[in-house]
Amino acid sequence: MLSDYLPIVLLLVIAAGFAAVNLGITHLVGPRKPNPVKLSPYESGVPNIGDARLRFSVKFYLVAMLFIIFDIEVVFLYPWAVVFKDLLAQGTFVFTEMVVFLGVLVLGLAYVWRKGGLEWD
Amino acid sequence: METAVFYVLATIAVASAVLLVLFRNPVYSALSLVATLFAVAGLFVLLNAYFLAAVQIIVYAGAVMVLFLFVIMLLNLGHSEALESTVGRYRLTGVIFLCALLVAQLTAVGTRQLRGPVAENEALRTENVQTLGKLLYTDFLFPFEVASIILLVALIGVVVLVKRETPETT
Repeated sequence: MLSDYLPIVLLLVIAAGFAAVNLGITHLVGPRKPNPVKLSPYESGVPNIGDARLRFSVKFYLVAMLFIIFDIEVVFLYPWAVVFKDLLAQGTFVFTEMVVFLGVLVLGLAYVWRKGGLEWD
Repeated sequence: METAVFYVLATIAVASAVLLVLFRNPVYSALSLVATLFAVAGLFVLLNAYFLAAVQIIVYAGAVMVLFLFVIMLLNLGHSEALESTVGRYRLTGVIFLCALLVAQLTAVGTRQLRGPVAENEALRTENVQTLGKLLYTDFLFPFEVASIILLVALIGVVVLVKRETPETT
């Protein structure tokens, strides 16, 4: 039972190990000859002005909330997909209820779209 | 084997929860909360609660943490000294409440005869996503449909809050 998760653990270990080994080796054996140009964030790019800690626009909040809402919508689809075939044997009700559920949220999406929530400005 | 995995996951969860409180930078705190949530998702898998584990990762570690990070960046808390002074003022209160919580939990564990591990329960061992789905889409149909209305309300609420009719007031 638990051994089903062995591949996942193995993947995590290999991924973390790959990153750790690469960073460790470059840290240990890589030559280091720093100069101001090399240490600048964009070596061949534009000189940067100020730091990156700006106050972000509140529009990002709208994007994040839309993401959460439709993420939760999708979460309801997973158990539905698991039992769909079993419940379909008892009639098409299981299909209708999900259409109603999705319909309400499509209504919401239409509202957001209409209000220009998907536009940037 | 399961006990060993439990202890590894529990250690990760507790350690990153402690780091969450100790980090000065709110962004680091948010990222260690992600680590905590992943470890707790692993604990859910140990309890055979696969759906809950998936929801924990998809919704909490994914969506809710995105919101937390966005709020940190929106309020520009990345290097805020104001936050630190507020935290310092409530340190004593925090310690008192933590002690109270510890006493409450210890008495709860002490007075109650603990049942066996949940994984021993045969009903939970197999097919619990199917059980959940069948219950949710038949008996609990009405709460399920109400959930879509609640999501719709949240959707409209965020648009009303963020979108102004006049684009000048950005």
